[in-house]
Amino acid sequence: MAQIETELQLLKTEAINMWTLVNSQLSKAQQAFLNFDKDLAREVVLKEKRVNGNELKIDRDCENIFALFCPVAVDLRFLLAILKINNNLERIGDYAEGIAKYIIDAEAPFSEEMLRITRILPMYEEAVNMLEDTQVAFEKEDTILARRVFKKDDLLDEVNKRSHHVLELHLKDHPEDVSQALWLLSIIRRLERVGDQTKNIAEEIIFFLEAKVLKHRNKFV
Amino acid sequence: MESTIIKSRNFNASFGSNHVVKNVNIDIPRNQIIAVMGPSGCGKTTYLRCINRMHELIPGASSNGEMLLNGEDIYKMHPIFVRLKIGMVFQRPNPFPNLSIYDNVIAGYKLNGIKLPKPEKDRIVEHSLTRVALWNEVKDSLNKKGSFLSGGQQQRLCIARAVAMEPEVILFDEPTSALDPISTSTVEELFHELKANYTLIVVTHNMQQAARVSDKTAFFFLGELVEYDETKTMFTNPKDNRTQNYITGRFS
Repeated sequence: MAQIETELQLLKTEAINMWTLVNSQLSKAQQAFLNFDKDLAREVVLKEKRVNGNELKIDRDCENIFALFCPVAVDLRFLLAILKINNNLERIGDYAEGIAKYIIDAEAPFSEEMLRITRILPMYEEAVNMLEDTQVAFEKEDTILARRVFKKDDLLDEVNKRSHHVLELHLKDHPEDVSQALWLLSIIRRLERVGDQTKNIAEEIIFFLEAKVLKHRNKFV
Repeated sequence: MESTIIKSRNFNASFGSNHVVKNVNIDIPRNQIIAVMGPSGCGKTTYLRCINRMHELIPGASSNGEMLLNGEDIYKMHPIFVRLKIGMVFQRPNPFPNLSIYDNVIAGYKLNGIKLPKPEKDRIVEHSLTRVALWNEVKDSLNKKGSFLSGGQQQRLCIARAVAMEPEVILFDEPTSALDPISTSTVEELFHELKANYTLIVVTHNMQQAARVSDKTAFFFLGELVEYDETKTMFTNPKDNRTQNYITGRFS
């Protein structure tokens, strides 16, 4: 096996570990949110440093491979994709940390009614699923699965779009919920960003495998 | 629109029964740099030597198919005329060791029996050495032997010797493989300047060099032209798996 293959294989393993860690961060923040578990939320905040450390390590390894092996063709696309995926994963880690911080700061569990009307729970579930799908797509080099992620983002966009109006109506009857409504809106905004970052990751997987640039284009054409 | 200067159609070359270039079809555009790469024994140098009819000088060598220069069959022209139009620079710098720098530059005229007045010769020498960025380094020692120059300077002198004949195409057979990185870089810079006036076809084992200097790249494997495309495409998204395996170092 050529040395560059060994290096790229190691990098792939590192990227998968990063994915698993970020996935775990997002899922734990979800559990902390569902169960109002402040201890779990604190764990997410603490582990954010590990996400940042992994990001720096992957960046450095990419830089070394560029400098030492002058990659071309599929190797070059793989490295370019990894650099961007790494960056997107780190941002998703930031969003998980942000959500965890809300849980830590919140005074009481979120009202069931608001969780129901905003549809934040299915939104959160879909965001986690999307990220898991990209990881499987990357590991199995499956562009069909990567493309499915684009469609799944529709739910996240829809919930985000409606949330303002839904909460506005709710607050007319329940003005005492205003503080919670603001927390929820912030979490919804973060989940919507998680969806966008995950779509970026799916685009990079397709770029690496098919040399097609889907950025700023209609994914369903 | 780019015009084609060299066109091969169903071109084959052999050494005796050894078929080394197989049915090559290629259009080489004018004033561009074309890199030709492939593993040892793939036929790339043989193909290069067919372009200026050097291949036929080897006993037992043969070729068939079309090789056109500006639409005219190279194999129906006089070989000397072909070599005037299509110059060649080799792997190792090979200035004539007993000739001065000055005489090396105009050696092509002397060897072909072309007599020129002294001012014309002076003009050609200065012009050619300037073209290869060597004039300032050697203008005060034109009467010294070419072999006194460094390897990089000798190679540039050889390029000046080719340029002096005002060819249309210059063939380079691994022109920097015997040079250090600084001389290599100087020669590569030179390529970019030369392409304004000439078409350059460069056989190279150095893939990064192919990527750095060429506009288009041809990949030969087992005598076949496997892929020929824009260099950017070849090094980012080659179409053929054999090309991808070769340029990513996965060839077994």
